[in-house]
Amino acid sequence: MAKSHITMTVNGKTIEALVEPRTLLIHFLRDQQNITGPHIGCETSHCGACTVDLDGKSVKSCTVFAVQANGTDVRTIEGMANPDGTLHALQEGFREMHGLQCGFCTPGMIMRAYRLLQENKNPTEQEIRYGISGNLCRCTGYQNIVKAIQFAAAKLNGVAFQEAAE
Amino acid sequence: MIPGAFAYHRPTSVKDAVGLLAQFGDDGRALAGGHSLIPMMKLRLATPANLVDLAGIAELKGVRAEGDEVVVGAMTTQHDLIASDLLSEKIPILRETSEQIADPQVRYLGTLGGNVANGDPGNDMPAVMVCLNATYQVTGDKGERRIPARQFYQGAYFTALEPGEVLTAVRIPVPAAGHGYAYEKLKRKVGDYATAAAAVVLALNGGKVASCSIGLTNVGETPLWAQEAATILLGSTLDAATVKRAVAAAEAITAPASDARGPALYRTKMAGVMLTRALARAKSRTRG
Repeated sequence: MAKSHITMTVNGKTIEALVEPRTLLIHFLRDQQNITGPHIGCETSHCGACTVDLDGKSVKSCTVFAVQANGTDVRTIEGMANPDGTLHALQEGFREMHGLQCGFCTPGMIMRAYRLLQENKNPTEQEIRYGISGNLCRCTGYQNIVKAIQFAAAKLNGVAFQEAAE
Repeated sequence: MIPGAFAYHRPTSVKDAVGLLAQFGDDGRALAGGHSLIPMMKLRLATPANLVDLAGIAELKGVRAEGDEVVVGAMTTQHDLIASDLLSEKIPILRETSEQIADPQVRYLGTLGGNVANGDPGNDMPAVMVCLNATYQVTGDKGERRIPARQFYQGAYFTALEPGEVLTAVRIPVPAAGHGYAYEKLKRKVGDYATAAAAVVLALNGGKVASCSIGLTNVGETPLWAQEAATILLGSTLDAATVKRAVAAAEAITAPASDARGPALYRTKMAGVMLTRALARAKSRTRG
């Protein structure tokens, strides 16, 4: 099958490549571009480990063909830390609030939370839980993930983070 | 899981898309948001030789008022439906339904057109469109035609859409101002299809039901329009005895499969429970 020529911006860098039309975006990123932050969990659009930001939308990159992403702007976990190596507020939040144990779901969680906070700068706990309902974590029971996102929201809003009483 | 090989096409007009689909015949499939088709392709349950991506066709996107109808472009995503002020004001059941479809990531890409055209009895929008008496606008190489949602669904994955036709827009009559509405969906977990779900739109006049329409999801091979149940409710105050009779009439037209979501009898009863709840919530939302 003839390959398609695609161009996209990934974490601020322009990428040009030839892909088979059937190549999924997650395989393109991981296998052809060596961008291995987005993970392959279920491969059936359920777990959200492969979530990336694509033109301002959170998408499961296992359910998008790379050719569909032609001309788009993609951001993965690799594009979250600042150039000087300091962490994004969400990464800091996951560290400070112990928002991960094994870490497998974390890149997807952070990319989803990134878009959630772009759309809603001060979400309630319920809005956070609804907003990350497409991302599964099998370690933490979500409590600390929610706290991590609340931590990041507070930091991005320039206010002190107050942990809710249990 | 890697789908079978295919050639990818990205037309920029409906005319070109229809031309390609006519040319490919059974070897071509239209691609909307892809969140039903791509999983099917990964499992090799769908192996189209040609995929015609509709994402590059600007005319298929957007929500607009047109006379007494709201017209929603087929490639409008569930995320867009939730964000639409026009829909929130005129037909808020679409927002309520969209919010219960899958998860945020799926809603960013999943489209109204794909949801209604796929013919999957598990999809939520078909029953809502049957409830609202929507019309589907489709274009094929022989031109355009309009199909009422209530006549569109013929069996599981079997619809009135002819090979080569593309669903371009959904035309929805705006319900009466002050109407009540609800979409009640029972599901096992986020992202699941309904065990059973009920869509209700009703209007009251002097405390009595002046109009009522009911759609049921995933309790038959097609979405169900519970016409008799709605007729029973007309003129009533939605008192418990009348609601019970209407719910029995709705349950009587269901024919769900026994599957992982439960035995058929359970799912029929859950359709009744969802309808009872939807009627109560719709009533509480009526104004004027």
